[in-house]
Amino acid sequence: MLLEFSQPLEYTGLANWFDTTLGSWSLPVKLILVAVALLAAYAIIAMILIYVERKITAFFQARIGPNRVGKYGILQSVADVIKILLKEIIHINNVDKFLFFAAPFFMVVASMLTFGAIPFGKALQAVDFNIGVLYVTAVSSLGIIGVLLAGWSSNNKYSMIGAMRSGAQFVSYELSAGFALMTIVVLTGTMSFSEMIAKQEFCWNIFNGHISSIIAFVIYLISGHAETNRGPFDLPEAESELTAGYHTEYSGLQFGFFYLAEYLNMFIIASIATTVFLGGWMPIQIHGFDGFNQVMWYIPSYAWFFGKTGVLIFLSLWVRWSFPRLRIDQLLNLEWKYLLPINLVNILVMVILVIAGLTLTDLFPILAS
Amino acid sequence: MNSILKYFNGLFTGIKSLLIGMSVTWKELWTKKVTQQYPENRATLVISDRFRCELTIPHDENNEHACTACGICQMNCPNGTINVLSAMIETEDGKKKKILDTYTWDLGMCTFCNLCVITCPSDAIKFNNQYENAVFTRSKMIQKLNHKGSKLREKKKEQPLKFPEGGLKDQVL
Repeated sequence: MLLEFSQPLEYTGLANWFDTTLGSWSLPVKLILVAVALLAAYAIIAMILIYVERKITAFFQARIGPNRVGKYGILQSVADVIKILLKEIIHINNVDKFLFFAAPFFMVVASMLTFGAIPFGKALQAVDFNIGVLYVTAVSSLGIIGVLLAGWSSNNKYSMIGAMRSGAQFVSYELSAGFALMTIVVLTGTMSFSEMIAKQEFCWNIFNGHISSIIAFVIYLISGHAETNRGPFDLPEAESELTAGYHTEYSGLQFGFFYLAEYLNMFIIASIATTVFLGGWMPIQIHGFDGFNQVMWYIPSYAWFFGKTGVLIFLSLWVRWSFPRLRIDQLLNLEWKYLLPINLVNILVMVILVIAGLTLTDLFPILAS
Repeated sequence: MNSILKYFNGLFTGIKSLLIGMSVTWKELWTKKVTQQYPENRATLVISDRFRCELTIPHDENNEHACTACGICQMNCPNGTINVLSAMIETEDGKKKKILDTYTWDLGMCTFCNLCVITCPSDAIKFNNQYENAVFTRSKMIQKLNHKGSKLREKKKEQPLKFPEGGLKDQVL
C-alpha cells in the first residue's frame, strides 16, 4: 500500500495506460513525452546545480552566497537564466560562421544524449542499452568536438590554445575513466546499467571488488572531474593566460550552452559513478533484515539516486575548493605517469579477484542477489 | 630501486597532503560566515572612530560652536574644499568683531586628509562617522556646516585671582 505512494513514477503503469487509451498513436506520444521530460529535467537539474554550487562554494569561503533573489536566494538561478536568455549574441567578424554556431550544440547534445541512458530511478530510464557503459562513454566524449570546433572557429589564439589544451586533457582522462568503468564491467560481467544495479542489491560494486573497486572509484572521480574541465583541472579556461579559453568569443545564449553543458557534465559524471559504483537507485539493503529493507524501499528510488548523486557532486565541489590548480604538464603527468599505470594494474588485479573468486559476493554468497 | 621508492613515496605523500587540505576546507565549511549584510546590519555595524566621513562643526545645546572664522582651515585645504565666509559685527561695547557667516564644505572635492581638523586652533571642526554619503545630485554635496542662528561660544570669563587677606607677600613669608 505504502509502496504505491512511494513509487509513484512507475513507468510501466503509465505506459500501459497510454497503450490502452491511445492505441497506435501511443508510441510517438510516449517518445515525445519522454523527450520533453528529459529536456525539462536537463534544464531544471542545471538550474538546481548552479544554485547549489554557488551556495556551497560560498560556504567553503565563509560567505553566505546568493541570498537576495527569493528566500535564501532560491530564485537566483531563475534570474540568471532569464538574464542569459535576454542577452545579446554578439556577431564576430572573421569567424567560421557555420562551425562557430554549431560548436555549442555539440556540447549540449553530447551531454543530453547521455541523459537517455542514465537510470534516474526504478524503470525511470529512457533507453536501457545492453551496452550502456560503452554508449555513455562514447556519447559523452562527443563534447570534446564542440570544444575543439569552438576553439578553431573563433579565429583567436587564446581560444585555439584553450581548445587544444582541453583536447589533450579530455582525451587523456577519457582513457582513465574508460578503464575505471571497464574494471567494474569485469567485476559485474555486464555493460547494461539496469543489470549492474540489479546485481548491487545487497553489495555495492565499490564494496564487492573491495581494494580494486575503491581504486577504480577514486580514479573515475578524478578523471571524471578532469573531463568536466572544472576545479583544479580548469586549464582550458585559464583566466590569467587564456582569458576564457575556448569560449572567449562566445556571448549570450551560446555561452550559456557551454555553461549549461559544464554543469550537466558534472551531474552526468556523478550519476554514472553512482550507478556503476554505489548501486544507482537501489535502496540500501541488508540481507536478512527484511523489516529494514522494506522501510528502505518506501523511500522512492529516484530519491536514492539523487541523494547518492548529490553526495558525489558535493565531493566534487569540495575537491574544487580544496586543491591547488594544476599546471598543464602536471596535469598530463598525473594522467600518464600515475592514473593510467595504476589503472592498468588495477584492472589486472580485478581480473585476478574475479577469476580467483575473491570478490565479496564470491566469498559470502549470501550477499549475491 | 630508488626511483620506484621515490615514485610511490611521492604518490602517497601527495594523497596525504590532499587529504589534509580537504580536512581544512571541511572545517572551513562549518565556520561562522563573515559576510556583512549591509543594509540590514546598520544597527550593529561598527565604524571606527578614526574613520573620516563628513566634516562637521559640533554645536552644543545652546546652538553655539567654536569657530572663530579665522579661515586657517580654508588656507590649509589642498583642494579648496572649504569656504569660510565671515561677517563683521559690532559688539555691545563698540568693538568690531569678525564672526562666522557661512561655512561651506564640498564633499565631492574632499580627500579626507584631515589637515583642516589638525590645524584648527579652536578645535571647532571634526570628522564624524556618518558614512552614508551618497546623494543624487552634485549640488547636494556642497554642505553648509554651521547651523542656522548659531553663534560663537563665549569664552568663560576668567575669574580674577583672589589674593588672600594681607597680600601675597605676607603669606609667602
